[in-house]
Amino acid sequence: MKSFVRMSYPYILWIGIFVVAPMIMILLYAFTRGGNSTLTIHFTLENFGRFFSDPDFMRVLWTSLRIAFITTVVCILIGYPAALFIANLPERRQTLMILLITLPMWINMLLKTYAWRGILLNFDDMSSEIKVFIGMVYDFLPYMIIQIHTAIAKLDRELLTASYDLGADKWKSFLKVTLPLSIPGIISGVTLVFLPAVSSFVIPKLLGGGNYVLIGTLIENYFLVAGDWNFGSAISLIMALIIIAAMYFTRKIDRAAEEE
Amino acid sequence: MKQKRSWSFFTSGYLILVLLFIYLPILYLILFSFNDSKSMISFSGFSLRWYESLFTNRSMLQSIWTTVEVAVIATVVSTVIGTVAAIGLSKARRILRTIVLEVNNLPVLNPDIVTAIGLMLLFLSLKVRRSIVTLTLAHISFCIPYVILSILPKLRQLDDNVAEAAMDLGANPFQALTKVILPQIAPAIFSGALIAFSMSFDDFVISYFTAGMDVQNISMYVYSMKRFNPAVNALSALIVVAVAFILILANLVPYLKDKKNKKEE
Repeated sequence: MKSFVRMSYPYILWIGIFVVAPMIMILLYAFTRGGNSTLTIHFTLENFGRFFSDPDFMRVLWTSLRIAFITTVVCILIGYPAALFIANLPERRQTLMILLITLPMWINMLLKTYAWRGILLNFDDMSSEIKVFIGMVYDFLPYMIIQIHTAIAKLDRELLTASYDLGADKWKSFLKVTLPLSIPGIISGVTLVFLPAVSSFVIPKLLGGGNYVLIGTLIENYFLVAGDWNFGSAISLIMALIIIAAMYFTRKIDRAAEEE
Repeated sequence: MKQKRSWSFFTSGYLILVLLFIYLPILYLILFSFNDSKSMISFSGFSLRWYESLFTNRSMLQSIWTTVEVAVIATVVSTVIGTVAAIGLSKARRILRTIVLEVNNLPVLNPDIVTAIGLMLLFLSLKVRRSIVTLTLAHISFCIPYVILSILPKLRQLDDNVAEAAMDLGANPFQALTKVILPQIAPAIFSGALIAFSMSFDDFVISYFTAGMDVQNISMYVYSMKRFNPAVNALSALIVVAVAFILILANLVPYLKDKKNKKEE
């Protein structure tokens, strides 16, 4: 059986080339200046200085975080009741509902966003920010519902029965039993919504029109239009660090909730 | 009692609204794929002209072909590499497995755009011209983690003794692998392949950065379109039908099998 271990070696080589090396490239570009050859690398922090000293870039960063945050909150507000109601259905209808909710997730996101563009043409005076919101909430809502539903469905029904027996009404049982125990579901929903929402650039471009810039749009521009890979790498590194920090904090909240 | 009924009325109403929201763009694009004018706002009559234009639009057909070609190759290669790697990892020492899985998780957790620019920088600095080859390599590399994540849990549930017993009975390791281990993890391999295919088929961001100027998949084609073209609706409608068909089949087959097994018992 030990000889089977060798089967993992080709893959270890593969991730060395296609996962580790690209990450090192991003780091290398982010901390160097453009135009220098591989032999004379000059490390510099000026890419980061340029980003943080420019109010325009800070505004873009702020808008991206704000949109991702509001999208996440709206997904929780719409998704939580949906997940809860689904979990209360008889088992067969529950499976059907989950199937119905996951089915559109298999359809190309660009095509769905394109359809939204058509629908939103009917609302001429809607601001581009609202349009971007609708597109984002639409795209991420199913993930939130699925995650929360999984957490609630795992719940031990006996706990609720016990809570009723002890005299708590429906509302109180929900607040004291179901809600706290479903927090891990909300947390994993948040990681599936907030993180991709921060870096999204397709939805803002297709629904927000040309002048709606988020941090993903910036990265796209610096790589594919301006050709400034150093600055583009620095921006994506900043974004990745913010995302890692956000993940760290959500995990902490998760752990704190569990301890309670 | 009356209160209870109005509550269940409310919850079903709410769920129907959520479903309507989720299906609204899909119904909308199906409806307008049959529109006989170019408008995306007013439906002026039934026609099949956009389906016709889809099948005569060369660059769109080419993008569909590219998407399918890349998705098929990426699915096959990533399923093979992923399965082999998962079997190896399941027998590897804990420390090696943990490290590899952490790295394996990077493309899953990273925003697509970070994976995308990383690969783009890799290809550019190796002076590899971006083409359908780099596109396919990129797809293989972001599909493998999902294959591994779908197979590894199943492998760890397996009883090692069965493969050991096969070898004690004279099977060589290769036979133990193909006759004992693989059949047991076949469903997990299948679902891993299905995820890989749909990830590859739907990908935009990573393709956009790694395919270069001359190659386009469906998503890139739609993204780069300057003017509104209702033929995209026809294409989407066909994809919706195909996806629904595959998913219903995938859900129905185990159900029917189950029923058959029960009957035989």
